[in-house]
Amino acid sequence: MSDFISRLEIVVSQTGFMNLVWEQPVMWVVGLVFVYLGIKKNVEPLLLVPIGFVAVLVNLPLAPLMVDDLGQVVDLVTGHHSEPGLLWYFFHYGFEKGEIVPCLIFLGLGAMTDFGPLLSNPKTLLLGAAAQVGVYSAMFGALLIGFTPQEAAAIGIIGGADGPTTIYVTMQLAPHLLGATALAAYSYMALVPIVQPPVIRALTTEEERGRIMKQTRKVTKAERIVFPIATAMVVILLVPPAAPLIGLLMLGNLFRESGVVERLSDAAQNSLMNIVTIFLGLGVGATMDGTKFLQPKVIGIYVLGLFAFIISTGGGVLFAKFFNLFLKNKINPVIGAAGVSAVPMAARVAHVVGQQANRRNYLLMHAMGPNVAGVIGTIIAAGLFIAMLK
Amino acid sequence: MADVVAPMVGKVIEILVGEGDEVEENQEVVMLEAMKMEMPVVAEGAGKVTAIKVKEGQSVEADDVLVIIG
Repeated sequence: MSDFISRLEIVVSQTGFMNLVWEQPVMWVVGLVFVYLGIKKNVEPLLLVPIGFVAVLVNLPLAPLMVDDLGQVVDLVTGHHSEPGLLWYFFHYGFEKGEIVPCLIFLGLGAMTDFGPLLSNPKTLLLGAAAQVGVYSAMFGALLIGFTPQEAAAIGIIGGADGPTTIYVTMQLAPHLLGATALAAYSYMALVPIVQPPVIRALTTEEERGRIMKQTRKVTKAERIVFPIATAMVVILLVPPAAPLIGLLMLGNLFRESGVVERLSDAAQNSLMNIVTIFLGLGVGATMDGTKFLQPKVIGIYVLGLFAFIISTGGGVLFAKFFNLFLKNKINPVIGAAGVSAVPMAARVAHVVGQQANRRNYLLMHAMGPNVAGVIGTIIAAGLFIAMLK
Repeated sequence: MADVVAPMVGKVIEILVGEGDEVEENQEVVMLEAMKMEMPVVAEGAGKVTAIKVKEGQSVEADDVLVIIG
């Protein structure tokens, strides 16, 4: 009988209720807010719904989900070490080892992206590079307030507003920050239409925003095929650590432009992308263990990420205005803001801001040039950080 | 006499005027879609629609004539 009672006590002591710490209910609320934002406000639902739900799961005490392969949970009755948790496998193989998940997302993005606007107006490459200024300034800001150089680099990359690149850099340099930086990057991608327009308006006149740009030239099929191959080779020769990201981005783009592997292009954009998005939600949500996630650092990451994003937007606009001093066919400075790599949200924002100033102004395709250049710019910045700091 | 042309590559999702309609300057005549974004194309001047050159669902290139306003 006493044996039975002591076993009952063990069972009771092993319920979740008896093992709660305060951070866990806080994270339930955080996770449920994500789910709410995804469902009711349509904020990045493909990411926030799974991430939010998984964040709740990993904050239920003793649930064997994120136990790592060192087997930290010990069975109180038998003394046996437990097997690694289910979500740990997704995190470990999807993110820690080789970072397959962010790289496969780039394969799909490459298949979705039309680099034509960049090819027809290569000058816009410089706008995509200029908008990376926020990445570097946020990195210095983070260094100043006491983050390590590796953490600062992962935070700075948020300014590129590029989810998979942020995940990649964070895993390479500061894996303990993954949940926070990934969420900040995806939040700011969702907030592009709210954050960017006031910054653009503050730095331009109505006349500048209404400026209609000359139609760009047509791009040949040969150019479209040579571009991904040449870009991958040049970028990797310059910045070898960028190879996984740029390599898969450009392979995806070659699928698209070659015209002969429609099935692969379709798979990369749709079925594979959907599967990998689920893995992303599982892996990122799994890192949101309240005892690790809820630190003052997380607030710093959000604030610096926003700072990075605003500076990148402003930097792109101001560089476009500077660039105009030397151009005969002036560009509309609004498209400079599209140099952040949130594709195609930033280009859409530039288009809308341009139309508000002049109804006959159609900036969408012009803005896609700096927008896709921004993706390449952020990858190069990521490669440089990894080369310098790893 | 003014042609309304496509400002960019895209797909015609709706034609908002009919032949013979009187249109005003800046009136929306065609709804285009590019990159999942709808955008109205407006008439550059007032006049009467004399011909519609595209069908709903048709893909157009930049500078293709959409509607002729006489």
